Amino acid sequence: MDVHEYQAAEILARYGVPVNPGRVAESPQEARSIAADFGGTVAVKAQVHTGGRGKAGGIKLAHTPDEAGDAATAILGMDINGHTVNRVLVAKGARIAHEFYLGVVLDRPNRQVLVMASAEGGVDIEEVARERPEKIVRRLGDPALGFHPYQAREVAFALGLPANRVNGFAAIAQQLFDAYIEEDATLVEVNPLILTEEGEWLALDSKMSFDDNALYRHADTEEMRDLAEENATELDARRSGISFVKLDGDIGCIVNGAGLAMATMDAVKLNGGEPANFLDVGGGASAAQVAKAFGLVTADPHVRAILINIFGGITRGDVVANGIREALAEVQVTVPIVVRLSGTNAEEGKQILAEAGLTAVDTMDQAAAEVVAAARRHAA
Amino acid sequence: MSILVGKNTRLLVQGITGREGSFHTTQMVEYGTNVVAGVTPGKQGEQVAGVPVFDTVEAAVVETQANTSIIYVPARFAPDAIYEAVDSGIELVICITEGVPVNDMVPVYAYVKAKGARLIGPNCPGLITPGEAKVGIMPGFIHEPGNVGLVSRSGTLTYEVVDALTKAGLGQSSAVGIGGDPVIGTSFVDVLRLFQDDPDTEAIVMIGEIGGSDEEDAAAFISEYVTKPVAGFIAGQTAPPGKRMGHAGAIISGGSGTAADKVKALEAAGVRVAQSPSQVPALLKDAITAA
Repeated sequence: MDVHEYQAAEILARYGVPVNPGRVAESPQEARSIAADFGGTVAVKAQVHTGGRGKAGGIKLAHTPDEAGDAATAILGMDINGHTVNRVLVAKGARIAHEFYLGVVLDRPNRQVLVMASAEGGVDIEEVARERPEKIVRRLGDPALGFHPYQAREVAFALGLPANRVNGFAAIAQQLFDAYIEEDATLVEVNPLILTEEGEWLALDSKMSFDDNALYRHADTEEMRDLAEENATELDARRSGISFVKLDGDIGCIVNGAGLAMATMDAVKLNGGEPANFLDVGGGASAAQVAKAFGLVTADPHVRAILINIFGGITRGDVVANGIREALAEVQVTVPIVVRLSGTNAEEGKQILAEAGLTAVDTMDQAAAEVVAAARRHAA
Repeated sequence: MSILVGKNTRLLVQGITGREGSFHTTQMVEYGTNVVAGVTPGKQGEQVAGVPVFDTVEAAVVETQANTSIIYVPARFAPDAIYEAVDSGIELVICITEGVPVNDMVPVYAYVKAKGARLIGPNCPGLITPGEAKVGIMPGFIHEPGNVGLVSRSGTLTYEVVDALTKAGLGQSSAVGIGGDPVIGTSFVDVLRLFQDDPDTEAIVMIGEIGGSDEEDAAAFISEYVTKPVAGFIAGQTAPPGKRMGHAGAIISGGSGTAADKVKALEAAGVRVAQSPSQVPALLKDAITAA
């Protein structure tokens, strides 16, 4: 789960991180009055769950309250990578002497928590990692022991910080690490972390993402969820225990198992089609789950044919077939359906489907070829 | 023959009286797995599918000499169950549970390693040595004893490939589902090493997916160490970046973890990578012939 910049800053401030003062506005009037309160230059920043806000014109400097109001007028309602801007953060201007990058992420290969820093802040850190990997300093931390002060100092020294700036930086690195662990984050990032002309450390832009599996112990984080930022269908699916990801194609997919669901999408593509979604119906594949899955897939007007791919393991083919039959009695499906049923009790399942007027095929490749052909016929 | 589980496996089931635990215990017993004990705190003295239930893993191990444990407890109790198993001297722990927070798994991984035990999973289907022991939730009947070792991050996709192998006359030495989470106890490299060293495994199948770099690490290991023929498949060619595809670990982030990169790395290591799971048996046969 992602949160907005202002929410991440709010959380990090609780850990002692010196975040840049700012307040959220939902109208130009509010933005103007916040700018007036701060006085001087402010930054008006779009609050959306996507990167590249600056390039898209979603971040503007304003020298007067009226300019702040104008900036908010321009930014509110803007579309950035498909995300509509509903609020802006009006943040106090800062005089930047140096920009740094500081982040905490999971290091998957090492199964540890990684602190990353760079003296090349304020830019796309992934680009730095690709093109100038030597510019990134890395240290692994132990969640049980915390990020040791000496490790934080090592990072600071490696960045070339002067002695009188080392402790200030090290403290922030430890605070980000603590926030990562205690809040069950999957990412904590400050970019840029700046040293002001006055010699103060300031987190100018904060970002946090959280582990969905740990949200049960973070009710306060769950409350920060911005429903406007989430795909309503994906959220609806998740509540039913279905993993759903919307894609741009026209072949709806209903599959049991995440790996098989990905392989099914790939098979559709290999046969010249484009998948409309990823959908893992979960282990059970009961009638209710299958009905829900039909609902999710057919809600997309672009879907021209549906591929159901079930490998019966512990889930029996006849149970799934009954689920499909009952679901079709509940949900009106007007596009062609191709079913692939294999594994446990597949023959019994096919019999049930035949009675419901559906033909099941044996292999995934065959099913993918047929569904692509059916979609073309349906469109013609 | 096999790796990790077989005729010498003495299996303990943690969470044996739960819905999943009791169902799969029955399935495993029916397959012929030597299930010697179960644990559910407060249920000592009960039986599930003829298997005695204990309050603690320690008591179960003392009484039954269990050497392997499989965990079916809910996500918030799974780390505790892993610690209990390892602290009771269990050498091999398989965690089926899905949804364990990553920050819980990082210290679990380090602890299990320090204790010299082995963890498989979490969020995995378990493993099987056909004809000897089924320690997981996979359908037993699709497997046949044989000489192909299979390792995979997925569940149903593994069944798909196993089924294709069996129908093509390629039985399996063992099939191991390592799990779809970002932090898992046993990696591709660990299992590849076991298969390479297993005299009864003649060829290897590896099923990967998007996210992380374990497949790339596996490719490097194969170049260096594996002399047996390897074929594979990588799921998620069509997965969009930044979206989790069901498995917590299946996500392309910051341009890394793509299927294309993984296929490239594996092919460079001499692995024959299929475009579809159904092509795996034929590619493996080619690789065996060429070897």
